[in-house]
Amino acid sequence: MKNNLWSVALFVSLSVAAQDDLLRQLEAATEPSTQYTIQTFKSTRLVNSQTVESKSQGELEFIFAHRFGLINDGIYELFGLDQAFVRLGLEYGLTDRLGIGFGRNSVDKTMDVYGRYKVLRQSTGVKNMPITLTAFANMAVETAPRNRDLPEPLSFEDRTSYTAQVLVARKFTDKLSLQLMPTLVHKNTVDRTLESNDQWALGAGGRYKVSRSIALTSEYYYRFDVPAASPYFNAFGVGVDIETGGHVFQLVLTNARGLTERAIFTETTGNLAEGDLHFGFNVTRTFQLKKEK
Amino acid sequence: MRLILSWILVGGCALSLSAQKYISEKSVVSFFSDASIEDIKAENTKSTSLLDMASQDIAFSIVIADFKFDKKLMQEHFNEKYLESEKYPKSTFAGKVVGFVPGTGGKQNVTVKGRLTIHGVTREVAVPGAMEVAGDKIVANAKFIVTLEDYNVPRPQLLWKNIAEQVEVTVSFTYKPYEK
Repeated sequence: MKNNLWSVALFVSLSVAAQDDLLRQLEAATEPSTQYTIQTFKSTRLVNSQTVESKSQGELEFIFAHRFGLINDGIYELFGLDQAFVRLGLEYGLTDRLGIGFGRNSVDKTMDVYGRYKVLRQSTGVKNMPITLTAFANMAVETAPRNRDLPEPLSFEDRTSYTAQVLVARKFTDKLSLQLMPTLVHKNTVDRTLESNDQWALGAGGRYKVSRSIALTSEYYYRFDVPAASPYFNAFGVGVDIETGGHVFQLVLTNARGLTERAIFTETTGNLAEGDLHFGFNVTRTFQLKKEK
Repeated sequence: MRLILSWILVGGCALSLSAQKYISEKSVVSFFSDASIEDIKAENTKSTSLLDMASQDIAFSIVIADFKFDKKLMQEHFNEKYLESEKYPKSTFAGKVVGFVPGTGGKQNVTVKGRLTIHGVTREVAVPGAMEVAGDKIVANAKFIVTLEDYNVPRPQLLWKNIAEQVEVTVSFTYKPYEK
């Protein structure tokens, strides 16, 4: 009897082993594939800056961003809430890698158009790629002040600036992602005593997921060769990403009030040393316009 | 002695039938969840399976990232937040077909018993299905319910209650003889 029991036990364990062996044979017969990293960041925006993320093909993202006044303006300004700077924008994924977008920011009544292209995608497996690299470029036109309010009119060229960025990111763990952002801003017309036409900056930032739906973010932009007379500061920001289905809510604290690249990287007015911070948020909503087939 | 003899016998049988392995050539694994706001469905056509007709052992391997959703963002959330496919890239099954009588034609109702692994959690399951031999091909179908909680798949707590507690999984495989 005992012998039989042992033989049953042995038979069961042998058959389980045989089944597992079959699974191993199956895995061996399966062609190896490449696993692309997804969701390095929850949004196309880190705090103020762009991330390597692009929209998937056929996705339309509506971005509604707000920066309030300075918190240290105190109770009279309701800690900045009496003022608001807004950017409304749309971004669309032409392919899974190529995106286009446009928006309007109330700071200097700036219109911007941009494109981004995911050149490299972080992956493991057959194709091993340690980073995701996205090229980003935009053009922004300040429509304020109006020519009729100026003694001498400004041409379209005078009002135009360009930003080019190489965004390099790596998702180190499922929680931690870091990004480097070499940046060039070109302004057609500047006051040369305060700034130059071409301005270089290097940004660094990252996110840390504290739960499945919540992440902490932060970024800092260091500007190179800044003239001593410059009234502007390096842009800094921290934030919390909250993701709920098709929405991402990003609550931020930053010394930048602008919401286009030119304004963020080269015209940040908040002095951190004096505690100049703005509260703000970015809200995104993604719509799937075209189904993949 | 008898025991050893019987094992040799079993081993011999297994050896003589070792050519009777079948590998999937076409497959569809899909799931459907009837949620309050919108139904969720996804389809995976890249799953693979190996079937040993001699021992009636069966194995499945399903790459989670290969599930395609209508909404790309939902697909990303499915991978990133629920199935955590970077940590648990595959779902597997290893088990046995019970109730299949070789040599009889037509569709036969069978039960597939074994260990199903989803999201890194392995559970013993028994799933009813159907198998049919058509020429040198074998067609297998099954439909069953997976309870997310059983596999530690979290459900959304915030606004988007899009994933139901239970999802209905449909699998359909066509096998061809496997030479190896």
